[in-house]
Amino acid sequence: MTQTLTVSRRSFIKASSAVSAGGLLMGVSIATGPARAAGMVHTPNAWVHISDDNVITLISARSEMGQGVYTSMPMLIAEELNVDIKRVKVAMAPPNTKIYGNALLGGPQLTGGSTSVRDGWEKLRVAGAQVREMLITAAADKWKVDRSTLKAENGLVTGPAKGQKATYGQLAAAASKVPVPEKVALKDPSQFRIVGKKLTRLDTPSKVNGTAVFGIDVKLPGLVYASLEQSPVIGGTVKSFDAAETKKMPGVIDVVQIPDGVAVVADTYWHALKARRALKVEWDEGANANLNTAAMLAGTKAAAGTGKPLVLKTVGDPDAAINAQGAQVVRAEYICPNLSHSPLEPMNFTAWYQGNKMDLIGPTQWQDAAQASIAKAVGLEPAAVSLQTTFLGGGFGRRIDIDFIIQAAQISKAVKKPVKLLWTREDDMTHDFYRPMSVHNIAAAVGPDGKPTAMTFRFTSQSITGRVFGLPAEVQDPLMTEAAMAPYEIASTRHDVVKHDAGLRVGYWRSVSHFQNAFANEGFIDELAAAAKADPVAYRAALVSKSPRFQNVLKLAADKAGWGSAPAAGRSRGVALMEGYDTYMAMVAEISMKDGEPVVHRVVAAADLGRMVNPDTVEAQIQSSIIFGLSAALWDEITVDKGRVQQTNFDKYRLMRNNEVPQIDVILVQSTEKPGGIGEPATAIIGPAVGNAIFAATGKRVRRMPFTKDNIASA
Amino acid sequence: MATTLKVNGKTVSVKAEPDTPLLWVVRDELGLTGTKFGCGAALCGACTVHLDGTPIRSCQTPLSAAAGKSVSTIESLSRNNSHPLQKAWIAHDVPQCGYCQSGQLMSAAALLAGNKNPSDADIDQAMSGNICRCGTYVRVRAAIKTAAAEMRGAKA
Repeated sequence: MTQTLTVSRRSFIKASSAVSAGGLLMGVSIATGPARAAGMVHTPNAWVHISDDNVITLISARSEMGQGVYTSMPMLIAEELNVDIKRVKVAMAPPNTKIYGNALLGGPQLTGGSTSVRDGWEKLRVAGAQVREMLITAAADKWKVDRSTLKAENGLVTGPAKGQKATYGQLAAAASKVPVPEKVALKDPSQFRIVGKKLTRLDTPSKVNGTAVFGIDVKLPGLVYASLEQSPVIGGTVKSFDAAETKKMPGVIDVVQIPDGVAVVADTYWHALKARRALKVEWDEGANANLNTAAMLAGTKAAAGTGKPLVLKTVGDPDAAINAQGAQVVRAEYICPNLSHSPLEPMNFTAWYQGNKMDLIGPTQWQDAAQASIAKAVGLEPAAVSLQTTFLGGGFGRRIDIDFIIQAAQISKAVKKPVKLLWTREDDMTHDFYRPMSVHNIAAAVGPDGKPTAMTFRFTSQSITGRVFGLPAEVQDPLMTEAAMAPYEIASTRHDVVKHDAGLRVGYWRSVSHFQNAFANEGFIDELAAAAKADPVAYRAALVSKSPRFQNVLKLAADKAGWGSAPAAGRSRGVALMEGYDTYMAMVAEISMKDGEPVVHRVVAAADLGRMVNPDTVEAQIQSSIIFGLSAALWDEITVDKGRVQQTNFDKYRLMRNNEVPQIDVILVQSTEKPGGIGEPATAIIGPAVGNAIFAATGKRVRRMPFTKDNIASA
Repeated sequence: MATTLKVNGKTVSVKAEPDTPLLWVVRDELGLTGTKFGCGAALCGACTVHLDGTPIRSCQTPLSAAAGKSVSTIESLSRNNSHPLQKAWIAHDVPQCGYCQSGQLMSAAALLAGNKNPSDADIDQAMSGNICRCGTYVRVRAAIKTAAAEMRGAKA
């Protein structure tokens, strides 16, 4: 059985001009090593490129930052194009909002929000099917036969008669002149040969022999290197600088001031960095010169009481129930600190200003914004700014921001040379857009059976969307309300958000507000279970009675973790449950306490994310998210004193290491539901699962992250 | 003043000043960009190479310390992914973003050079200096065991 879809012509315009053959080949060579295509490259549509000699290149419009889109996006196209996925080349899309925009995020060409598969699920299969049909039409025209007698399989169009056999490459020139079909038939998922099957990632071979090209690895003729001194207080500006000593240092080509600081440009990176240390800069530290974490947190707590709440949803009259005489009420305040993204590849970009045009090469999560912003920053039209995306040495949301791309472009314009700007780790950690700090205030009235009858939930934090997308203060920020509505059946509820700018600049961090909201919700429901002297799994299960997907993952995780039996001596377990990015997930963490701190021994995660494209990548993303979330939950906090971020490198911002990793068991539900996102959700519930295990171990409810000895002791 | 050293089996003469970290000599002067810069402080292991067979952090090793010695980088494992560690890394699909993997592989290669049957404790010891922000550790461990098995001629 096949389903027929009507395709909007406008959304799948033929775009041979969007990706020039030259740009395409350069993209290929950056990502996978030289793919020599003899003769012309044809672009039947913007997602599929076929050369005369049958090199097939599929486009990923999403940035590869570890999550596997370099493989999963082509898998979706190849499924309908009927080509051997192991033989295709992959190229990263150039900026083109119309063609490569992300509908799930409202249109921008942005990689984030665990949206890549969900956004591409249908449109990429349609793209592959269109080209398949165009190749068949081209063959039918050539052989003068009815196209219904032909089929396109395994890179060949064939018919019943002798000689009716052609490679896609042999048909590509003609196929690219065929009108794009308005309607294409898609396979029923039961017929999938590629999607849903385990496939070794297409980028893996280049990532085990040093040939994968990241931003830091870009080479250009005449390339020079820049190191940028930025204000120690974010937002500060240069008052004056003395570069006399710097200019005497070996290899220095120039010292230039840009709005964010003073850049030293030299013939090698080491020369630039060394000369930068001789630079003397006097800063106007600006409005944040006296910012400190204690005051930021006090301000956030105060705003929770005085700020204007934006109501997400009200059901019934929770206040009446909570304020009723004799009501049994539980109240709690949960606190999350600022965090750094700290991808392992420090921020960098290569820019080449050539008077009438600007070429940009590097790692970014947001191609069209980079193109538009850089054009504005250097006084060019967007069309005069080209951008090639390399592999990203981690993203986690940091590379949604484009500050470092603008800086590279400004430096290149100033020195009129191709420039690679590379931040140090210290630059990176002290000039992040940080995960905002937050305060939750939650209250619930509990009935005689121990179940909640009413609940109020307030999240007070900083709106990232206000900064990034200009969302007005009075409008609800959907990236603050993720997982705010926990799945539990409670008769009357109110959830609201207070936006408060604590002063430090903030950005989207893996799982965004899911992390904070799930910490508060899952910690709090555990408090209610404890107050009711109920088993935490059974208590939750009774409150998700109408949600079979929640019930299922909860049972799967609990059973696998041995929840029904007592843990080994000294061990304790905690559970957490959440829906995020259309993915349903339950997690059980098993810990012991050592010297006042938790040691995590085992994590069991059960996930129902609907249909999966590459199940092995799904498992890898859950493993990844658990470890990423654990570093944050156990250890990490960015603090500010006198406006300066105090953590400068991995000695003060601890990331989990191999010897600290727990056993991780991942259970994936085979499901025919629509696909959910998987790059982020597990990040958000490992924290509460561990926090709840700490309660089971110690009787202490730790409502403030990270779960350090001090925060546990003072809980 | 030129410094002479051996890199991946070839004798090379480089012009960088003796205080230049070996990392930047290898990357910028010799063009071997598989070795990565992560922290500049020997905290993350992304820059791991071998100096006379010993794993070192090239971001904190001045060129002068490598003069006359033999340096091996990720590019020396094999270009065609035929080294047992590379094969195991592919079989377990270890990398995510991939940025730390050259360092992970070079630490693993040093471990297996002296120990073809590493215990979990041996792996902890050898690999705890290499940060992977993507958290590929579970697969790194499994792949080391697979590669070790191949190297000692056993079935994985």
